[in-house]
Amino acid sequence: MKRFLSFLLVLAMTAALCACGGGKSQSSGSEFTVGISADLDTSLDPHVSSSSAGTREVLFNIFEGLVKPDTEGNLIPAIAEDYTVNDTADVYTYTLREGVRFHNGNPVTVGDVVFSLSRAAGLETGDPLVADVAAIADVRAEGERTVVVTLKAPDTEFNSHMTVAIIPEGIDPAREVVGTGPFRFVSRTPQESVVLERFDDYWGEKAVPSKVTLKVIPDAQTMVMSLRSGAIDLAARLSSSQVSSLGDLKVIEGCNNIVQALYLNNDFEPFRDIRVRQALCYAIDKQKVIDLSADGHGTPLGSSMFPAFGKYFVPGLTDYYKPDPAKAKALLKEAGYEKLSFTITVASNMPMHVDAAQVIVEQLREVGVDAKINQVEWAAWYKEVYSGRNYEATVVGLDAHGLAASDMLARFQSDHAKNFVNFRSEEYDETYAKAIATVDGDAQTALFKQCETILTEQAANVYLQDVADFVVMQKDVTGWRFYPLYVMDLSTLTRV
Amino acid sequence: MIDIKDRSFRTGAVITGFVLVVLLIGLFWTPYDPNAMNAAEKMLSPCLRHPFGTDNFGRDIFSRVVQGAGSTFLIALGSVGIGLLAGVFIGGLTGWYGGWVDEVLMRVNDSLTAFPSLLTALVLIAVFGSGTHNIILALGILFIPTFARIVRMEVARQKALDYVRNAKLMGVRELRILFVHILPNILPVLLSTVAISFNNAVLAEASMSYLGLGVQPPDPSLGRMLGEAQAYLLRAPWYAVSTGLAIVLLVLGFGLLSEGLGGEGRA
Amino acid sequence: MSSVLKKTGVLIATLLLVSLLAFLAFQIIPADPVTMMLGTDYTPERAEALRHQLGLDRGVLVRYWDWLSGFVRGDMGVSYSYAVEVREVLRGKIAVTAALSLLSWVLVTAVSIPLGIALARYKGRKLEQITVSLNQILMSVPSFFLGILFTWLFGLVLRLFVPGRFVPFSESFWGCLGYLFFPALAISVPKTAKTAKLLRSAILGEMKQDYVLTAYSHGNSRWMVISRHVLRNALLPVVTYLAMSLADIVASSIIVEQVFVVPGLGRLLIASISNRDFPVALCIVVMIAFVVVVMNYLADLLTQAIDPRVRLS
Repeated sequence: MKRFLSFLLVLAMTAALCACGGGKSQSSGSEFTVGISADLDTSLDPHVSSSSAGTREVLFNIFEGLVKPDTEGNLIPAIAEDYTVNDTADVYTYTLREGVRFHNGNPVTVGDVVFSLSRAAGLETGDPLVADVAAIADVRAEGERTVVVTLKAPDTEFNSHMTVAIIPEGIDPAREVVGTGPFRFVSRTPQESVVLERFDDYWGEKAVPSKVTLKVIPDAQTMVMSLRSGAIDLAARLSSSQVSSLGDLKVIEGCNNIVQALYLNNDFEPFRDIRVRQALCYAIDKQKVIDLSADGHGTPLGSSMFPAFGKYFVPGLTDYYKPDPAKAKALLKEAGYEKLSFTITVASNMPMHVDAAQVIVEQLREVGVDAKINQVEWAAWYKEVYSGRNYEATVVGLDAHGLAASDMLARFQSDHAKNFVNFRSEEYDETYAKAIATVDGDAQTALFKQCETILTEQAANVYLQDVADFVVMQKDVTGWRFYPLYVMDLSTLTRV
Repeated sequence: MIDIKDRSFRTGAVITGFVLVVLLIGLFWTPYDPNAMNAAEKMLSPCLRHPFGTDNFGRDIFSRVVQGAGSTFLIALGSVGIGLLAGVFIGGLTGWYGGWVDEVLMRVNDSLTAFPSLLTALVLIAVFGSGTHNIILALGILFIPTFARIVRMEVARQKALDYVRNAKLMGVRELRILFVHILPNILPVLLSTVAISFNNAVLAEASMSYLGLGVQPPDPSLGRMLGEAQAYLLRAPWYAVSTGLAIVLLVLGFGLLSEGLGGEGRA
Repeated sequence: MSSVLKKTGVLIATLLLVSLLAFLAFQIIPADPVTMMLGTDYTPERAEALRHQLGLDRGVLVRYWDWLSGFVRGDMGVSYSYAVEVREVLRGKIAVTAALSLLSWVLVTAVSIPLGIALARYKGRKLEQITVSLNQILMSVPSFFLGILFTWLFGLVLRLFVPGRFVPFSESFWGCLGYLFFPALAISVPKTAKTAKLLRSAILGEMKQDYVLTAYSHGNSRWMVISRHVLRNALLPVVTYLAMSLADIVASSIIVEQVFVVPGLGRLLIASISNRDFPVALCIVVMIAFVVVVMNYLADLLTQAIDPRVRLS
């Protein structure tokens, strides 16, 4: 018996030795392993899962719309090679590119486009799947290559929503993941990995990697360990604290293109009072948050807009509330909330938000506000906070689908489906509606800027920063491209 | 019954005593505010001013370990307290009265103890949600079956002894016999179970918080800090090591104590 | 024989009760999987339809019965999070956790028995005293802390394995075993220490028995007494303990899997609990509990088979 057991022990140790001698990256040549911090959403139906940024940035590689954003943030033709818009900005006409194929080999037809847009806009069910395209009144085909989209009301920015995915007619999108992008979906294993392969019939420039395995690693510390050990080739959206313990890997810094803020549920009793919200703005020193949680990397923000938006961004709002603990205390006292306490719900897989929340709790303590942190798994956060609106405050980053001002600002209309902070302001609703209907570019920009100003003045949320995006890769990996959007483009990764 | 001369008991008492003194001081005073951040002193190596160094927010690790151990200790205390009270109550009554209620409860009890404790804790956390209070409640419930079973067994055994029969004959009320006469006699057995449960509570809290389901930041707890420290293993190994050693010290002290008290030492 | 029958009856009752308790626990959870599955934009009608489709509008006991009969047939329901059968979600993961647990258990057994015997055999020597103290400390180290130290020491410093790069069973048998060896080591160290200690005190306890004196008086050496006479009796509680410790090993592996990024049931269980994916969580919990109950039952039968004294009581 004893001898047998010793034999087993020796066996196990031999096995351990056999497995040794690793150290270099696992995937060789044009295969890559990339770490992602949350598993993808339940459904990979691009019209259903359009709201979780982590899923969307992966689906970016699989699905395409009539247009798609490039690395400058401009919309470039994708499935459509051209479009025209009428003078009143309510009829958009798209001409399809020839030779675009789906991953199942079928060519993209006008029927597929009409099907996809009608489905996303909910034309048959009356129940839009994608809120952004709810404005579509009618979609019809003209001939073999032309699709005409008619809107319910004029919208000069509508083209930016045409990034909505085109899928083949007649498949079940909940079960089959078929798009036209540079990668095709191969398989997924829950809480483990998602495998993509290069689509060789892609209409545009083909992807460099032949295969990309996205590995789900929800723990910040395990992500760091996996990078150090060489188990993964690349991970994006790391926090500065994660990067600080990485050693000699290649790190490049960009912007996450998000508005990180302490988002306040404006329906939570104390936060109904504007003085309380303003007090929090005065109590929190965003530069200190950036210094402590991100070693000073990051761009401070003052409203729901980040610098990549160019003309829409209003720099002057950043310092609207200068850190002033005394004023914060006075405002709280005036509002009758000297002993304010609330809970900040954060998704545990996002260290950049958890770290910022920790600093905020410390700063609030100095003005006598007792804030607590509740960490939840990403999916639970999504359910409770984002869709359930059952929370008091949260730290998260909101991204934009495109670089149209409405991508950031639409959600703060009182009755908008994604207004998860329950912000209500008649002035805002009116200004926003006016902006959308304005055809003149400059006048429209001014109105959108006014919207941002209202958000700041009303202290809708405590705006923090556009978080620095650290992308870490093994030394031999190159070809990462930053977008001014929340996008992870895998198609250009190469090895030197 | 308690053998003061027992070597493991003595060692255990010394270690636990030391830990308790540090924790007690830590409740009222730590060298630094454990939550105070300092951008200028991030990630320092151990030095005279910061014996265990500082973390990624510039917080003093020594102060955090002391306070973290304190909160872990209080959680363990609270949950063992809940388990003990409810367990003694349920076990005492069923052991004394017997009957079908006893049968059913003990069957449920056995089924509950069939789950690995960590699994039960996970399920209970799923029911209550995470957070300090919830983890005390969850772990407390977790310990009820253990205590109930031991108390029931002991009560049933003592019931047949002469002193109980005599008390009965003298007309002492039953509940009084149960809680005033019998309970002191099963105290030694209970004490050793308390020490073992205490260890289980410390380990369970550490595991839960490590998984992010227990104590929430920025409050320190040993398990949570260990999770954070894991990211800095290469840059600041002392962070993980000092936190881990604090857990070991807590568990070791109580393990030895329980052994000295005659427990089987099974965690 | 009748006692075996009775024990089997109790086993079945316990299994039923365990599954009922687990099922009920997941019913209390105040969360609605329907809103989870539908995302942000949905209508009450769609929610109602889905609720009906999932059978959430029926009584608790009816649902329990449906679930149990399905479970027994191997139909474990549909995952809320992944919209595929639970069996699909679990595929491949059970094997990984089972392999890890089994490997840890083998390590515990293989090391603790010789160690325990050696500790008893050399009682009183200096090395033994040091080892016993060390053993006591190792008993108190949480396995996930050891895991963290091992990933650092063996993984990042010594580069004996690549933390985070799990080698699937299908790819390489030895590679898989080689990766699992390190988490298994982390799990088994505290358990080994406890088992060795138990065996040592069992042997030392037996040594005080009369028959041992008799054996000595016949001129046997200490080693012969231990190996020929004492061990058989002393192993009895250890065997029982080893059989029952599989439960704790499975539980520890759930956490240690996180440390080593082993794609077993652990990650899935924790994620499904936080995400309120009850069918998956329930299935994993009940499976683990069943394994534990059955192991305890087998340990019970084994003890009875080895030791006739137990049969009487």
